[in-house]
Amino acid sequence: MSELHSLPHGPKRPATAVLEPLREPVGAAGHRVIALVGPPNSGKTTLFNRLTGLRQKVANYPGVTVDYHVGQMILNSKTLDVVDLPGVYSLTPRSEDEQVTHNILHGLTDGMRKPDAVLLVLDATNLSRHLMLAAPILAMGIPTLILLNMADELRRRGGDVDTEALANQLGAPVARISAASGEGLEVIRGFLAGTVALPRPVELPILGSVPACRQWAGSMSRAAGYQSPNAPVWTRRLDALFLHPIAGPLIFLVVMVLVFQSIFVVAQPLMDGVEALIASSGEFVRTLLPGEWLKSLVVDGVWSGVGSVVVFLPQILILFAFLGVLEDSGYLARAAVISDRTMARVGLQGKSFIPLLSAYACAIPAIMATRTIESKRDRFATILIAPFMTCSARLPVYTLIIAAFLPDREILGKFLGLRALALMGLYLLGFLAAVATAWVLNSSVMKAKKRLFTMELPPYRWPTWQSIGLRLLDRSKVFLRRAGTVILAVSIGLWALASLPLVDGHAPPIEDSLAGTLGRTVEPVIRPLGFDWRIGIGLVTSLAAREVIVGTLGTIYGIEGGDESSMGLQQALRQNLDLPGAIALLVFFAFAMQCLSTLAVVRRETGGWKFPAYQFAYMTGLAFVSAYFANHITRFLMG
Amino acid sequence: MQAAFNGNGALPLALSELREGEKGVLESLDLPEEFASRLMELGFIPGHPVAAGKSAPGGDPRIFRVDGSEIALRRETCSHILIRAHA
Repeated sequence: MSELHSLPHGPKRPATAVLEPLREPVGAAGHRVIALVGPPNSGKTTLFNRLTGLRQKVANYPGVTVDYHVGQMILNSKTLDVVDLPGVYSLTPRSEDEQVTHNILHGLTDGMRKPDAVLLVLDATNLSRHLMLAAPILAMGIPTLILLNMADELRRRGGDVDTEALANQLGAPVARISAASGEGLEVIRGFLAGTVALPRPVELPILGSVPACRQWAGSMSRAAGYQSPNAPVWTRRLDALFLHPIAGPLIFLVVMVLVFQSIFVVAQPLMDGVEALIASSGEFVRTLLPGEWLKSLVVDGVWSGVGSVVVFLPQILILFAFLGVLEDSGYLARAAVISDRTMARVGLQGKSFIPLLSAYACAIPAIMATRTIESKRDRFATILIAPFMTCSARLPVYTLIIAAFLPDREILGKFLGLRALALMGLYLLGFLAAVATAWVLNSSVMKAKKRLFTMELPPYRWPTWQSIGLRLLDRSKVFLRRAGTVILAVSIGLWALASLPLVDGHAPPIEDSLAGTLGRTVEPVIRPLGFDWRIGIGLVTSLAAREVIVGTLGTIYGIEGGDESSMGLQQALRQNLDLPGAIALLVFFAFAMQCLSTLAVVRRETGGWKFPAYQFAYMTGLAFVSAYFANHITRFLMG
Repeated sequence: MQAAFNGNGALPLALSELREGEKGVLESLDLPEEFASRLMELGFIPGHPVAAGKSAPGGDPRIFRVDGSEIALRRETCSHILIRAHA
């Protein structure tokens, strides 16, 4: 401990190792690599989006970027690779995401050359501390431009800094920018093109310990006349409310209810519109196509299959818009702190909360986001339970079944409807399954060890339309790409299976087709759950991805219905599923592991098939047993 | 770490004993090296001032203002961080 008290100045580095000015423009040889480095939540990703125009998720909590991302920017008609790296407080890696940054900067990552230049992004509102990172970065000898980001916020809150003095202290160019507003970004192009005047190189001390590093950073910022900004008044006011022992949790609950209610109320007219559009365009396409077979393939197969999934785009976008606002505003970091104690009871921690919350959108980024968790045990436990959280692929399945089987009744006036309540119940069910699983893990095979929980709380910031908009655009692309690939392929394959073998040159009745045979083969297994062979086909195809069942049922009923396909999916579903079966199906989807992409990511993140295999067996087994009980208990209650 | 009067005439006490709004100066981090380094990177450096802020409902974790940031720590961790309180 004693070395923590002493603040030694290390030996001076020899002058030759000092950062050399660029002799030629960085862009001159084409495809040079520019790395964005900085502490967590300093604005690297916002800057990355500005520089490359690439959509890269931004949020206002530390640890959003957990893997490196490469984008391109054009400089004097030369292409540069810009790499966005996970935030680091130092170059000593302590978690997986910090390891990623460490490896890239040292040229240890396969297929990635050592960066030719570094843009060191520091939060200008907390400069004295963030400058600590400048010492090890400058010591690497890579040409570096130091960017003091959020300069507008520094100014607004009454702070100031002399960038020229700082540049002379550090022997590296320094500039004030605001990545969010785009202020001052021209200096980056100038630096990369070699037209920015570089200060005279200086000797920097080698700093052995964090206190020594911090003392150096403090002396640098003092020499640059750094005046730290006033306390963020609004953040204090908002925290008094959001972290209030009673009002805080209540507000959280109200926000959640609003999200779920709007998923139904706001999304409904939009979905009706999309549905009508798909139906009428399908009929229009039918009139254009020659031949019964082609009409059947395109309209009954593809249009009903892909269309029935595309309908859910508005709901998914509303969910993502809400999550985006919660993230960008800085509220999620508070939610992580509020939830820490509860999470600790089941052997997790507040840092698990953010991946788990983002798993409401999709388990794949959530599993990637666990990289911010330093403790390997906590990280693996979070990975194992993340797929229980209700991802957006479950949403189409849930809303289809709920809308088909539950009346649209008001419970608390306009504020809360029966359907929204049922949906909230399903979200809660997934959450409880996750918590229960974490508890079982903690008290059996994966006991939690003592570890550190730290969470930096950023000031609240207004989410920008640009950030939310880009995210929604990106999500739409992902969703539609999936509809255009996986679901399209399944729809065509299924149409073929449902139309073969030919009987007298015509498609057979669907129960005698190959697809029907498949469904009837699994029927004995799923009969106890209250499902018939049609649902059975859907369960088989949805092993690829959950929402595929909606497309599958769309295709099956599309073919079965023939000309009367206007009957609609909900009505068709009611004809061969009763209420107990519907509830069992909801429960099955809440628990089952039906997503190949997630299993692939779990394999990559845990380094083997062991975890995904256990996960698949456990979740699907649990789904089967729970659906069985849900079916029988409901049947018993209904007499 | 033994409790003793130091030069400033203030008793060393655990960070966890600081109440909301109270201030102190960090004295030492009685934690494994790995944890101590991470906390120092976040601003918990001996000799630096610290102020206690709000806490999560139930009083754990607690939020501290240190070196220009707000950092949440578990009560358990705070009990291993010693400070000198301002009298």
